[in-house]
Amino acid sequence: MSISKEEVKHIAKLSKLNLTEQELDKYTNDLSDIVNFANELSNIDVDGIKPTAHILDIKNVFRKDEVQPSYDREQILKNAPSKDAGCISVPKVVE
Amino acid sequence: MDLYSLTLTDIAKKIKNKEVTIKEVLDSVYSRIDEVEPKVDAYITLTRDMAYQRAEELQQRLDNGEDIGVLGGVPIAIKDNICTNSVKTTCASRMLENFTPIYNATVVKRLEDAGAIMVGKTNMDEFAMGSSTETSYIKKTKNPWNLARVPGGSSGGSAAAVSADMAYAALGSDTGGSIRQPASYCSVVGLKPTYGLISRFGLIAFASSLDQIGPFTKTVEDAALMLNVIAGYDKMDTTSANVEKVDYVSGLSNNLNGKVVGIPTDFITDGINKDVKLAYDKAIETVKNAGAKVQEIKLEYAKYSLATYYIIATAEASSNLGRYDGIRYGYRAKDFSDLDELYVKSRTEGFGEEVKRRIMLGTYVLSSGYYDAYYKRAQQVRTLIVENFKKAFEACDVIMIPTAPNTSFKFGAHNASPLEMYLEDIYTVPVNIAGLPGISVPGGFDNNGMPIGIQFIAKAFDEKTLLQAAYAFEQNTDYHTERPKIEEGK
Repeated sequence: MSISKEEVKHIAKLSKLNLTEQELDKYTNDLSDIVNFANELSNIDVDGIKPTAHILDIKNVFRKDEVQPSYDREQILKNAPSKDAGCISVPKVVE
Repeated sequence: MDLYSLTLTDIAKKIKNKEVTIKEVLDSVYSRIDEVEPKVDAYITLTRDMAYQRAEELQQRLDNGEDIGVLGGVPIAIKDNICTNSVKTTCASRMLENFTPIYNATVVKRLEDAGAIMVGKTNMDEFAMGSSTETSYIKKTKNPWNLARVPGGSSGGSAAAVSADMAYAALGSDTGGSIRQPASYCSVVGLKPTYGLISRFGLIAFASSLDQIGPFTKTVEDAALMLNVIAGYDKMDTTSANVEKVDYVSGLSNNLNGKVVGIPTDFITDGINKDVKLAYDKAIETVKNAGAKVQEIKLEYAKYSLATYYIIATAEASSNLGRYDGIRYGYRAKDFSDLDELYVKSRTEGFGEEVKRRIMLGTYVLSSGYYDAYYKRAQQVRTLIVENFKKAFEACDVIMIPTAPNTSFKFGAHNASPLEMYLEDIYTVPVNIAGLPGISVPGGFDNNGMPIGIQFIAKAFDEKTLLQAAYAFEQNTDYHTERPKIEEGK
């Protein structure tokens, strides 16, 4: 099974990426190749096999919710691409 | 002998015994960098001023009779996806080209506490996605053994820096082979520890269930010393394992008496380069002569690791890289008319080709209608691979396989087909899938003089046995004593 151009367009949209026509062709080829290769897994009998998300036997590691000093606001804002009045500035979110 | 060419263990001793000053050691390493870095391009950032300042402080403390740590005064390089306080951490991406962390990764803190001095941040494939360091947005690192060839990847800068004597050791990260494969291509030691042994706090995430930080060194003993420093539980990483502290250096011996080395003959098949196969056959003789019993084992699901890996790793990556939206940090596009356009343009302009390919593949395998067929199935096959290794380790103490099926290739050799490049990781990915520790040790040269790596794999958290096997192999061969010429070859 290979991936169609339409599907790649859809995936790009979900990924918040713009593709040129040329890129769309190339990625359609590449992704089809890789997905075809990955299809070898469909021959394996996985009936009743538990999926492994994580190899360590740990889940829900909790800690106490304690107030602690954190990083300095000015320091954090140094990495923000745009800031204003001690805040990160973004385009209008709600119309 | 120049100071820069010594091992980590030896230079640390010389500093401690005051045979040399820390400044002399730094001078030696930076003059080496001035000499060969223009040819190799292993570093993205050099931290010269910081390093000399720290050298002075450490020397003063040493002269006052203080213990400055097991790595006191030793220059070390850090891969540029590991956060360093006030030093740019770019992930070799336009997205993070101007990102300066405000904290240290736990591993960086541990190295500093042990007295190490950071000399610089090393080049890598963008977001650690690649096997050649060619996807770096910043520069192309060359293989010190032949400047016309790639150093491997994704930690190619770290491997090349240690190989060319531009640092006594370096940190890298390994998601599917990104420490072991470049170690193999550059003839240095590369260790990927058990998942959970090293804190990932401050490591910029690629695939969170597979990523692990580890050292590049010139010898196995040096790798053990680095592991002593960086291993251990960290409350800042909830996947960090709370296991007992082990001294990995003590008791390393040059024989394998009583040990069983597993050979997965069903996994070493046609795709392997004939010189690599010869080196592997020779390695089998070496471990036998060192006293090991060699046992054939079966890893029938290992061949499915690569497909499993490219589904799981890209799925996790597509989720992890969702955070790069041009808002809080990282690249923001200049022109946009609304919020959505800001996201799309920032990501489209900020990410390179391979990163986009993997984000899209990951998005695809997680998308509705394909989740069960790909992602869930890959996780089920992951279980089979984990079980496969468990069974194999009932019959042996360590497994030995080549690190990569081929040796270093020329720049651009795999441009046409990304899938071909992925196949280079066939012998390294099973280890990440199963969360096991693996190490690549210099294991010979092909007929072009390019290095070959031999890989050992052990049970989870059995780095002691892993390092013992690697050490015995190293001590019974002399490949690790050969140094690269740092010139262009065939």
